[in-house]
Amino acid sequence: MRNARLRDLAKVIRSKNSGPFEITFDVIFDDDATYQRVKESGALEQAKMALLYNVPAEDIIACMFFDPAMAFKLTLRRAWAQGSVGERDTFGAQQHAPLLDIVVD
Amino acid sequence: MSVQTKELTILTPAGILGYGIPAEHFWRGVERGPDAIIVDAGSTDPGPYLLGLGKTIVHRQGYMRDLALVLQAASERRIPLIVSSAGGPGIDRHVDEMVAMIREISAAKGYRFKVATIYADIDRAVIHDRLAAGRITECGPSGELTHQAIDDAVNIVAQMGAEPFARVLREHPDVDIIVGGRAYDPAPYAGLCMLHGIDPGVYWHMGKIVECGAVCAEPKGRVILATVRRDSFDLEPMNPAERCTPASVAAHTLYEKTRPDLLFGPGGMLDLRGSRYEALDNRRVRVSGSVFHPSERYSVKLEGAAIVGHRTIFIGGIRDPILLGQLDSYLDEVRRRMTGFFPELETGEATMHFHVYGRDAVMGPLEPKRHEIPHEVGLMGEITAPTQEQANAICSQARITVLHMPYPGQLATAGNFAIPLNPPENPIGPVCRFNVYHLMEVESPEELFPVRLLEI
Repeated sequence: MRNARLRDLAKVIRSKNSGPFEITFDVIFDDDATYQRVKESGALEQAKMALLYNVPAEDIIACMFFDPAMAFKLTLRRAWAQGSVGERDTFGAQQHAPLLDIVVD
Repeated sequence: MSVQTKELTILTPAGILGYGIPAEHFWRGVERGPDAIIVDAGSTDPGPYLLGLGKTIVHRQGYMRDLALVLQAASERRIPLIVSSAGGPGIDRHVDEMVAMIREISAAKGYRFKVATIYADIDRAVIHDRLAAGRITECGPSGELTHQAIDDAVNIVAQMGAEPFARVLREHPDVDIIVGGRAYDPAPYAGLCMLHGIDPGVYWHMGKIVECGAVCAEPKGRVILATVRRDSFDLEPMNPAERCTPASVAAHTLYEKTRPDLLFGPGGMLDLRGSRYEALDNRRVRVSGSVFHPSERYSVKLEGAAIVGHRTIFIGGIRDPILLGQLDSYLDEVRRRMTGFFPELETGEATMHFHVYGRDAVMGPLEPKRHEIPHEVGLMGEITAPTQEQANAICSQARITVLHMPYPGQLATAGNFAIPLNPPENPIGPVCRFNVYHLMEVESPEELFPVRLLEI
């Protein structure tokens, strides 16, 4: 399956607060071949994440793969105060959507 | 103090006390004869209003239901019980309210307990002194702490580490129940384990996982039993339909964490880069190889929340395609007119936010599809001002302006906005902000967390 979308390859794609000042994203795979393919494709590299979420590089706190869980982790600085004036997503649970349609070679 | 080395079993009935404990799974765990029942009650995830307004995450009814179950096991089987971060924010009053509920249930059922409480409200004078002494640093991207912020916060607590729990268990071995104020979520697990010769890397990793109940299982659940010994721990969900697998357990340290391999907490950092996850059978997992690196200086995390204003909101929808085609310039013009009526919107004393549902209300500037024009949007106007009256006045004017302001090409001259609620503007009270979220050095891990003993 070439040019597959991430939503068709991953078991979990989610976002959530990591404390009140960060939003963190997890992409978890359930087989090693798919995990390795995504990892090696470069589709989730830091520069692409900055572009996808329209954030400066310094707002990316973590962007890494975690082999024991066959998972990708991205953590962004929360540019707005959690649960305060102008909040859009108190739990940070709906910021993952743009990841779903990332295309992996 | 004699350090014993043995295997400990710890039953966790739920990730948060009050969310509901499946009784059948809980009693299955109790039958295994655990050395302790531990349940965390805290979270900052619902936002700063809990701490700022002194509210609890769960309503009294939820606490009473869950407490009735765990207190029955604690009384009938004499299993020690630890509840931490009482009420959610874990302020002193929440600890006392939790004790009052335990007292009420115990009186009705005839239970008798020795109870220890540990408090986590922090004296502002201490925080001012340590800030002046340069012993407070930001925690993640929280910015620098100011003396003003310390004074502005309604409540300030610190997350206690393992030592205050360990101290109670060591000095008062006859205590049946510990109710703790704000604590680092895995701290009560660590406090118990550190008295039994277990490696810190092992108990911090175990605590980190089971403080969420059986979220590390597939499908995710509530009740989980941990068996922990010097150099490893085993996890088993108490619902037979749930399984812990090496992947599901490894994945848990991703959840709500900045990164999954290095986890910072009071007293040091947990390093999971060398952790091993081994399936004992198809639903139990053994974990080993995790390492705890003590930090040079012991710090605790301060959490404080301030009231930053009062809010009034209106909601409604826009369906007219002519207006939707120029929504940004329309809302800009609304804002321009509003600023003319209310100079406080210009000075920043008051604020007005438009949330455009169906376009970018959820993601704001992070939204890649913000420039697509939808056929319908929901609009929430959010007005914050120093007083509720002021917020009401600005919100009313904003709603009227959105409803009636003309725009280029307008055909629908009777109104721009479909309003579902009557009255259309609704005051929603004070709005808070985490204005203290910093690491403070302590003289000793126990110094800020006083203990009280009582009998029920």
